[in-house]
Amino acid sequence: MTDLTRLTAHEMAARLRAGDVSARELAIAHLDAAERDDHGLHAWLSIDRDRALAEADAADDRLAAARTDPDRAGDRLRPLLGIPVALKDLVSLAGGQCTAGSRILTGYRAPYDAHITERLRAAGAVILGKTNMDEFAMGSSTEHSAFGPTANPWALDRVPGGSSGGSAAAVAAFHTPLAIGTDTGGSIRQPAALCGVVGMKPTYGRVSRYGIVAFASSLDQIGPFARDVRDAGALLHAIAGRDERDSTSSPEPVPATLAALPADDDEAAAGLRGKRFGLPREYFVAGMEPGVETRIREAVASLEGAGATVEEVSLPHTDYGLATYYIVAPAEASANLARYDGIRYGASRRDGDVLADYLATRGEGFGAEVKRRIMLGTYALSAGYYDAYYLKAQKVRTLIKADFDALWAQGFDALVAPTSPTIAFRFGARLADPVAMYLSDACTLPVNMAGLPGVSIPCGLSEGLPVGLQLIGAAWSEAPLLGLARGYEAITAGAAWRDLEPTGLAEAADPATPTPAERMAAMTAAEG
Amino acid sequence: MATLSRADVEHVAHLARLGLTEDELTRLEGQLNHILDQYAILADVPTDDIPPTAQTIELENILRDDVVTPSLPLDAVLRNAPARQGDHIVVPAILDER
Repeated sequence: MTDLTRLTAHEMAARLRAGDVSARELAIAHLDAAERDDHGLHAWLSIDRDRALAEADAADDRLAAARTDPDRAGDRLRPLLGIPVALKDLVSLAGGQCTAGSRILTGYRAPYDAHITERLRAAGAVILGKTNMDEFAMGSSTEHSAFGPTANPWALDRVPGGSSGGSAAAVAAFHTPLAIGTDTGGSIRQPAALCGVVGMKPTYGRVSRYGIVAFASSLDQIGPFARDVRDAGALLHAIAGRDERDSTSSPEPVPATLAALPADDDEAAAGLRGKRFGLPREYFVAGMEPGVETRIREAVASLEGAGATVEEVSLPHTDYGLATYYIVAPAEASANLARYDGIRYGASRRDGDVLADYLATRGEGFGAEVKRRIMLGTYALSAGYYDAYYLKAQKVRTLIKADFDALWAQGFDALVAPTSPTIAFRFGARLADPVAMYLSDACTLPVNMAGLPGVSIPCGLSEGLPVGLQLIGAAWSEAPLLGLARGYEAITAGAAWRDLEPTGLAEAADPATPTPAERMAAMTAAEG
Repeated sequence: MATLSRADVEHVAHLARLGLTEDELTRLEGQLNHILDQYAILADVPTDDIPPTAQTIELENILRDDVVTPSLPLDAVLRNAPARQGDHIVVPAILDER
């Protein structure tokens, strides 16, 4: 019998429409897998079996009605109807928890659905639960979750990346074919790379952020995780588009082609012919592992072999991206996180005057990385330093964006680059040095600074662990960009590494396996 | 670029309304200075004639129609309040005389 969890969302949808499987059966198979592995992986912060099964039953009713009632036949065309999906635990789901990985939101219940939650419900997707993340999406490893880290399904002593590490791990471990993440400096693409799945950060403004816990408002964007490019396109199509409750969401039309990428490998591969890629030399950063660079160079050769041209190009302000980002993002975060004051919701200390209450609530409620960023941001915005830090960073941001604009003006279809300079690192390896952790995002954060779409797709293994290839496009080019990603997927469809499953799954399911939190504690102590 | 003293760190913590322990203040003094050192390279970039970028897509003045729409359900909002009295959130007193 087929293991239902190994199917793509498109394959599941075809079986649902044919009546070969029910949404309830799909939900049960995935819930069972998620619950079985959670001890060893900790990808989830909550799994709501009862609600998921009720949603699955509703999807089965819709599927049945679509078969018999001509007025409801349109539901047959909805690609997500009855398909399981996971939400990063910063997406509001009415009545459910929404911790953002933080102790300060313990006990909080979302009073309403996020825009994307409404959209997913309308599409008939079955929400299985909420996934683990670095606290307030600040981190590149999930080690900054207040509820303990997530393990990488490929090696349980390593991080899955972050901040959307739970979503990436859940998709890689076959707990769900689809998951939602958010990406402020790489938080979808980097964990996608480290877990060997597809992850896309859309253009800034492509998806409404109404009902999402904010980190850095000029950078945050919501996007899809999936195990293949077509599934990622279908999920993005379902959530994208203007919503008047988020004034930064764009009226730019959402192309139907997002949900109609070619299924046929030959057709997809043909889409690469004559395309022009830029290979930014600055993205082969200091500290890049040779094994990662080898996989990226091989991917470039594959694209050329398929009839594309790849030219080395320069994004001269890349080296300033990290410093710019780590001024702008903490500054915006320090303003956004001022709302956690213990007055209206969340953890609250009430034992002194109002100032003492603030200090205690925030001092106890936030973790170390969040405090670090609030401090950095507050300093960068404070009197006497604003011009030297925040304003300076915003000006350099203009130059970073101009680097990309110059390449689009030269007619490049996309840029091809590594997603992460390294494969998944061990727990504790970068905790002692925040700057080392920040370097994880050197190849992804300039894309956020410029507001562009970027997608990470698997391109093989190094030392037995996944490597991600990043494709970067001009604003609003998600559909053609995913078309190119689908082309790369097609030309590597026969590669031996494509058939490999994460090597840690059997161990994750073993109740004798240590939890990720236990591993991290032991390994952090060993790192000193 | 500036170097943060212990007093600076305490001042920023106060501005941010973060109650930090002595250990946290000590650790942050080292870490923040280490991070600020990385920012120094920005001084090398000439930016006198460069306008700042606050947002990357050119949206402006998007207005909605001036119509009444439903508010969030009161109970769903108030159930999150740490202290509640009827339909009100109880807050700490901020004035000496009530």
